[in-house]
Amino acid sequence: MDPSRKRKIRLVVALSAAVLLAAGLVYTSFSASTEAKQPSQLLQADPGGTYELTGKVVPGSITHAGDKLDFQISDRDGSHPIPVTYSGTVPDPFRDGREVIVTGKLQDGTFVGERDSLVTKCPSKFTTTTSGSSS
Amino acid sequence: MPVEVHHYDLGVLQLTILGSALLAAALLAALYAAGAAVYGGRTGDRRFVQSSRRAVYSMAALLTGAVVILEVAFLRDDFGFELVADHSSTTTPTFYKLTAMWSSQEGSLLLWAWVLSLASTAVLFISRNRHREIVPWATAVLAGIGSFFIGLMIFKAQPFSHLDPAPAEGAGLTPLLRNPYMAVHPPMLYSGYVFWSIPFAFCVGALIARRLDASWIRTTRNFALCAWTFLGIGLLLGSRWSYEELGWGGYWGWDPVENAALMPWLLGTAFLHSVMVQEKRGMLKVWNVSLICGTFALCLLGTFLVRSGVLQSIHAFGASTVGGPLLALIAVVAIGSTVLIVSRLDGLRPERRIDSVLSRESIFLVNNLLLVGLVLVIFWGTFFPLISEFFTGEKHSLAAPWFNRYVTPIGVLLVLFTGLGPLFAWGRLSGTAAKRLLLWPAVATIATIDVLLAASDAGGRPWALFVFGFAAFALVALAGEFWRAGTTRRALTGESHAVALGKGIARNRRRYGGYVVHAGIAFVLIGIAASSSFQTNRDLRLQVGQSAKVGDYTIRYDKLTSDPTAERLAFVSHLTVTRDGKRVTNLTPARNYYPSDDPSAGPIGRYFMGESTSEVGLRTRTGGDLWTAFQPDLSVLNPDIVRGNRQLAGLPPAAQEFAILALVQHYVQNPPPANFRVILNPLVVWIWIPGGLLVLAGAAMAGWPALESRRQLEAAYRARLGRELGTASEPS
Amino acid sequence: MEVLLAVVIVVLVAWFVTAPLRDRPSAKPEDRSEAELADLEARKQAKYRQIRDAEADHTAGKLSDEDFRRLDSELRAEAIEILKGIDRLRQRRGN
Repeated sequence: MDPSRKRKIRLVVALSAAVLLAAGLVYTSFSASTEAKQPSQLLQADPGGTYELTGKVVPGSITHAGDKLDFQISDRDGSHPIPVTYSGTVPDPFRDGREVIVTGKLQDGTFVGERDSLVTKCPSKFTTTTSGSSS
Repeated sequence: MPVEVHHYDLGVLQLTILGSALLAAALLAALYAAGAAVYGGRTGDRRFVQSSRRAVYSMAALLTGAVVILEVAFLRDDFGFELVADHSSTTTPTFYKLTAMWSSQEGSLLLWAWVLSLASTAVLFISRNRHREIVPWATAVLAGIGSFFIGLMIFKAQPFSHLDPAPAEGAGLTPLLRNPYMAVHPPMLYSGYVFWSIPFAFCVGALIARRLDASWIRTTRNFALCAWTFLGIGLLLGSRWSYEELGWGGYWGWDPVENAALMPWLLGTAFLHSVMVQEKRGMLKVWNVSLICGTFALCLLGTFLVRSGVLQSIHAFGASTVGGPLLALIAVVAIGSTVLIVSRLDGLRPERRIDSVLSRESIFLVNNLLLVGLVLVIFWGTFFPLISEFFTGEKHSLAAPWFNRYVTPIGVLLVLFTGLGPLFAWGRLSGTAAKRLLLWPAVATIATIDVLLAASDAGGRPWALFVFGFAAFALVALAGEFWRAGTTRRALTGESHAVALGKGIARNRRRYGGYVVHAGIAFVLIGIAASSSFQTNRDLRLQVGQSAKVGDYTIRYDKLTSDPTAERLAFVSHLTVTRDGKRVTNLTPARNYYPSDDPSAGPIGRYFMGESTSEVGLRTRTGGDLWTAFQPDLSVLNPDIVRGNRQLAGLPPAAQEFAILALVQHYVQNPPPANFRVILNPLVVWIWIPGGLLVLAGAAMAGWPALESRRQLEAAYRARLGRELGTASEPS
Repeated sequence: MEVLLAVVIVVLVAWFVTAPLRDRPSAKPEDRSEAELADLEARKQAKYRQIRDAEADHTAGKLSDEDFRRLDSELRAEAIEILKGIDRLRQRRGN
């Protein structure tokens, strides 16, 4: 087999492998992903589904009861508060008013967070708005 | 708190104006440099090229002046500078005052532009008498990027805005950033990003000028190596910080911002290898120009991701004003380079073809494919929320398990290739030689896998097993290469084993430095595989005096103490760790509570409602780490805090502090059960030591400039070649 | 005060940056040959390294005798071309 035909064959094989892998990637990513929702969207979503809930911790709503953490989460503007119950690692920056992401399901009006799925965003470093508020 | 007029106000105002003026002048210099360079490049008038080079030097000097003014303002607590007021305070330690500059959007843009100007100055100075066709265009690209970032500062994120009247105290640095790792991490990352612009600029220059041989690669090789090294340091520091300082216990979370630094590093790795093929064999030219443009675009993308709020991430903040322009720049770079490359395809034809699979060229080509594939997987996963939103209208996100599933197989193959690359020669490796070279490494692989299957439960973790096996392959292969360095030289020169080995390595630092880096990577991957597949992870709830068993260890919660200082309240747990009845160590994981400035929390409550950080209790051994974190339950204090807020509201601060101390003491004497997280991490330290250390040492060794000894060797070769030519040429 | 300082700095920078423009256009052919020479020297060093590496690979047994002979003569021919180029350039410059 002359070299250029060998090369063409190698190219076809490589491309086919790439296409197959890419297809596999795309297909599985849709099934493996969780949909991200804000509290206002959660109320209209399919009940019983697992979602990644993003929002702000409602000030004054945090209570620790033993192993469990309960708080309320709202949209960025403070509307549509939803109660959340969660157990697992609580990230260091977690407190009132922080933006958080928690994955779980809505059960009987309360969002039950999966273990260790709570993520708290670092306090805002990169807004170019001004003066002096530290939180 | 009453606001006083700072009596330095007049001087501070002048300095902010001067700083802004320096920025404006730097922008003018950058714009002029770009214009003069383009004009000089098109007309061939060297005077304009020289003038543009001087304009770049001036840009560097002006930005240095701006940085000095800002840092001095931080050191002097000039809160008339809005940036200083927002990110520093009189109580911030001096070291963190200096590093606070880049904790802000404005300051980090200034850092980017400043490092870019310094690197541009260096490369233009070094190449001032060479590459006449390329340098003008490279200058224009670098000056153009510089002017973009300076323009961002002037129009969107002004570092020198003035506060009048100046507050008497600043907001201080976020506690999470009061950490040496976090102070050094941004400059390392930005240096990494910035240094990639140098080979990028020279590549664009080479494409425009149609000087498509390896000269642009040779000139910028050390900058590419520096960029790769700094990005690597940034990744190592960031992961170490996450492991040591956060109460989470992991070192990598596939967070978009982490991925934003990893992707250019991976693509840059492909670039560093692929350019070797062009230099030695004249192939993969299209790959190389594409890889460097892609790497630089990813660097800009990384800079963009942290600031745009486009993706949900620990670091991605609300939409900021610089996101849009950065995205536009990324689009210009991506589209512009694609158009340029396609238009020069005829000049990028390979000088040879790969004629054997058993050659280093073909190994490097597969290596390119693996690394690009890895970057595409990570890119897909990182941007999936946006991709899915585009196609389905809903934002779907992918988490660590998905990344691990697709990254692991590619990573395992890459471990194998870190051993294969060094073994193969440029050009065809004979079959018998291949068998001989692969024998011992293959034996090591099989032996390692067998031993692990027999001696541990690695059988249930096949990926880790393959990593260990392939890492053994790589390490034995690399050891063989070092051995052969000595024996081949000895065969040629007759020196003793030790001298031959030493000189052989010293004469070829680039190659053997690279092998040291490969060894480091093998150790990094061993550390990652062991600490993720063989981890023991327990969440405990312990009362004082209680103990629990984690793996082979018994953890006993002895007591709680507190350490209140003016800066923060610390609750320190004291743990005794034993194994088989014998004491192993004492650990003191703690939790720090920084006071909040929020008046609604109340005078007492604000000490408990502010930022909270973890002090990890860590015992590091070569064989594995014992990692502990502590989360006290402060909810029992709530009634007292509420009462204290009410009753002590009007009292002087001294009385309030006394009450807080009393409250803390009372809690410490009778604490409720607390939550602990205990992680046993086998071999995790190998990621940083020896892994990271070898990677950095190897990179330094590879980049070390050549010495006198090369000239002697050159003279010898010149003489031999001259004899064969029939003309004796003088050595230069 | 700061305005004066800023103006002074801008003037200094402008003077520094435009200095080359006030020279006569330099003799280009001479400068170009120096740059070409440096470029050829770099390519020569890279080629020497390749020859050395091939020799080491051969001694280590990675390259068969036949493959080595082919590679070596190819590299040496390329090196000779570079040396010839350097000599031609030197002659033109009158070294």
